[in-house]
This record gives sequence, structure tokens and C-alpha cells, in this order.
Amino acid sequence: MFLPFLWLISTSLKGPFEAYIFPPEWIPNPPHWENYPEVLTKLPFGLYVRNTLTITLAALVGQVVTASMCAYAFARLRFPGRDAIFGIKLATMMLPSAVTLIPVYILFKELRWINTFLPLTVPFWFGGGAFYIFLLRQFFLTIPMELEEAAIIDGASPFTIFTRIMVPLSRPAITVVTIFGFLQHWNDFLGPLIYLNTADKRTIAIGLAVMTAGLEWGRDMTHLVMAVSVIMIMPIIVIFFFAQRAFIQGVVLTGIKG
Amino acid sequence: MQHSSATAAHRPFYARLGFQQALSGYLFAAPAILGMLFFTAAPVAASFYLSFTNYDIVSPPAFTGLQNYVKLATTDTLFRHSLTVTLYYSALSIPLSLVTAFLVAMLMNQKVRGIVVYRVVWYLPALVPVAANAALWRWMLNRDFGLINFPLIALGFAPPGWLVESSLTVPALVMVHLWGIGNSVLIYLAGLQGVPQHLYEAAEIDGSNWWHKFRHVTIPMMSAIIFFNLIMGIIGSFQVFTLAYVIFTPGGGTGTAGPENAALFYVFYLYRNAFQYFKMGYAAALAWVLFLIILALTILMFRFQNRWVYYEGGKPR
Repeated sequence: MFLPFLWLISTSLKGPFEAYIFPPEWIPNPPHWENYPEVLTKLPFGLYVRNTLTITLAALVGQVVTASMCAYAFARLRFPGRDAIFGIKLATMMLPSAVTLIPVYILFKELRWINTFLPLTVPFWFGGGAFYIFLLRQFFLTIPMELEEAAIIDGASPFTIFTRIMVPLSRPAITVVTIFGFLQHWNDFLGPLIYLNTADKRTIAIGLAVMTAGLEWGRDMTHLVMAVSVIMIMPIIVIFFFAQRAFIQGVVLTGIKG
Repeated sequence: MQHSSATAAHRPFYARLGFQQALSGYLFAAPAILGMLFFTAAPVAASFYLSFTNYDIVSPPAFTGLQNYVKLATTDTLFRHSLTVTLYYSALSIPLSLVTAFLVAMLMNQKVRGIVVYRVVWYLPALVPVAANAALWRWMLNRDFGLINFPLIALGFAPPGWLVESSLTVPALVMVHLWGIGNSVLIYLAGLQGVPQHLYEAAEIDGSNWWHKFRHVTIPMMSAIIFFNLIMGIIGSFQVFTLAYVIFTPGGGTGTAGPENAALFYVFYLYRNAFQYFKMGYAAALAWVLFLIILALTILMFRFQNRWVYYEGGKPR
């Protein structure tokens, strides 16, 4: 299970053509650490990392803020049609993304948003996805009513209750949503593939795919492809180790109850 | 259902704030409501209409009736081919991953020292982004220098060309998929830890061996979770795209999808129609057919679940 990771790291430290020595050396001698600065500076992967981070951050903020707002409305506020709207929202999770893909693409094309980061960020300011609303709503439902009642008697508005009671008490669930959202945008491939078409706008995922296909830079780059893969995987592994419990709870919670 | 009774008890309290609260309710839910209108409801309607048209983005859509669907069903051999590839992949990967993930979860459920380390190691591959996964496995599966073939070459066998022989393409992708089943393992593991111990104890008192316990306690108690993973497996495997795209697309994104199009998955073909050939109407029809196939399979699975799925609380939700 772990061997592919070692193989990945080992190849990423090899020099040009050393990857094609048989039998393969597990520990490259000498290790070519310069592969990493090379992909980040000589090849434009530094730029691709910045692009990916920009998109991820802009989408993630919207996702976390609007998903918690909507989840709060569906969990606590009473308004006509609430449960029907929530039900339909949940049902949309069953719809394959391919069905809405083309009209949404045409919409963004009409708005002249193609080759900008807007199609990859703005939609996440609209509730951030049924899955996250559902997850947060389930969590909000477990928060005792008494706190809010006391706040309402003191004259608190829904906005105050949301920011002062619900959000602070839901940090574990919001952490899960943040982590999952980060992964979603960091890993996204189809979105950037469709909406971004010039080299200066690429994300890491797209840059990696272009590099894997191997034509653009006109030389064999297996060792550099592996270095980029390591750069792409690393942040995720780090997040996983720091937030292991929240992470596993998230998978399990959404797996069994989702 | 604890929730509904709780709010019911509080209704008089909330009723006093009726109008104002309804207003803030709509305000708070506005992103989701607008999002559904802009990014789901309108696109679904538009895509349904487009599926009956000929539309190349440049000129306005021309209504052609059922022509797209007729073409799918009769003359388009690539459609049939991509569907076959997808079905073949699903038929291999769904049962294999259900069984493998279950067995791994059983192993990870042992009370052994250091088991947490094993769990993390099994889970890590699930974290690898699909683009990096594809890049890694394209190299792992390289016929002459990849790690997978290394033992075979060392023993003097002719190395199989995973990515160059059309008959090995789908099995190779199934192998890649199996490497990353950590999420299903985790879900099974949570389920296994929820099986009440007293059931095993009762079975032991009745003289059951491990097989009886597995067959008559573990499997029935886990059937709802197996069912969940089955449904997720169907939904996921019918939408495979990125893995095949990155592994098999030479620069520029055109050409065949793998040797003799052996990796032309359904969504891959859909993507090509939409964004390489700009046949938007035809691609919309493909999307609707995909939706109907997934829907039909899911309904079928739900129909048959009474035969084998056991729910603790009686009837399923």
C-alpha cells in the first residue's frame, strides 16, 4: 500500500533519465533536490500553485459562510416551504453533474467568464453544495434550544444567534466542511479543464496533466512529474495529520448518514 | 425524528416571532434557493431542451426532435463502445472494491497494538488527488520501467503492457481504483465497530464458529452499509473521467482514448462531444441517458434490497 508513495518520492529525486535505469535505484545517489525548485521556478508551477490557492480560498470562504447560513435556516428558522425546499436541495445530490454541465458552461460563456476564476468560485457562494448544507444542518440540530431561547428573550436577532451561538458551538462541523471543501477545490480537475484555457491561468491539477501528457516542454520529465505530484499531495497529507479526527468523522458521518 | 417533536413543543414560543422569523429564514436560505434556481433548475430545463437540438455554441440551437436520441440508439458505435467500456469497468470494480474494502475493514478492526498506523497507511491513498494519482500510476504501470512490472521482469517474464494493450486497460484502471478505496474501508470500519458485541457473545454461547458469526451476525448487521457502498460505487463508476483522461490523453487532448479507445469511458465521450467537437445538443442527450441509466440502476437496487438488506429499526427510511 505504501510502496507507490516511496516510489513516487524516490522518482521525484532522480536526475533526467535516471528513472529509466533497470533495476531501479530506490535511493537516488545523489538525490536531486533541485527538481523541486526547478518545477516551482523554471517551470511555472509556482504560478499554478498560486492560482490553485486563489481559487480554493475564494471558493472555500463562500462555501463555508453560505453553507452555514443556509444550514441554520433549514435547521432552526421557520418559514413556509422550508422542508420542501430542503428536500429538493437534497434530491439534487442524486443528479449527475454532467446533466447541468453544458447549460452552466453556456451561461458562463454568455457572461464572458470563460478563462477567469469566476466560474470556479462564484457558484460556491450559493450555498456551497447540498452535501455541506446537509452536514451542517444535522450538526445544528444537535445544539440545545435553551441557549437560543435565552438569547431570544434578551432580544437577540437571528443574525446574532447565528454568529454568537450557532457558529462558535459548531466548530468541529465547520472544520469538517472546511477540510472537505479545501480538498474539493485543490483536487478539482474537470472545472479548470473546461473553464480555464490559457497557460497562465492553469491550476496544479491541469499543469500536472499537461506535463504528464509530455508534449509542451518537449523532453522527458517523469522525475519532474513526480516532484509536482509530491507538491500536490503534501498539503493534503499534512492537513490529514493535523485534523485526523475531524477528517475521519466527516467521512463516516457523511458515509453512514448521508 | 427527535428534532420534529422538539420543535413542535416549542411552536407557540416561535409563533410569536412568526413574520420576522420567516423573513430572516428566507434571507438566510437565499443563497441555497437562488443557487438551486441558477445552477440546477434552469440548467436542468435547458439541458433537457438542448438534448432535442443541434447546437454548436456559435449558431443558435436548431430543434431536431428525437434525432440525437435516435442516433445514440442506432448509428453511434462510439456511444455503444463507451457504454460497454463503462459497464465492463463497473462490473469489475464494484464487486472487487466491495469485497476488498470489507476484508480490509475486518482486518483493521482487530485489536492489535499499532493498528492505528495500519489504518492510516490504508487510508492515505484515498487522499491522493486524482490528477496526481493518474500521473503516479501512469508511471507505476509503465511496461518497461514501472514498479508493477518490476518483479515480473526480475523473474524473467515478459512484462504486460498495461497501458498499451487494449485488453489490459480497464483491468489496470480497476487496480488504480482499488488502491484508493480508503473511504469505503473507513465507512465499513465505523459500521463494524457499531455491531453490538452481545450478538457475538450470544452466538458464541450457541457454539458458533467464526464463519457462522461472520455469516449470521456480521453480514446481516453490515448489510445496510454494504448497500450504501454499492450505491455509491454505481454512481461513482459510471462517472469515471479524470483518471482515464489524464492517464490516456497525449498532449493536446485529441486522438484515441487509450489503445483502440479502450479507455473511452462514457463521461469521457460526453466531454469530447461537448468540449472538443462542440456538439452541445448531442452531449446533453448523452447526459440525460447517463442520468436515466444511473437512476434505473439505483431504483433496481432499492427494489431488491428487501431481499438482503437488514435495517435495525425495521423498514428503511
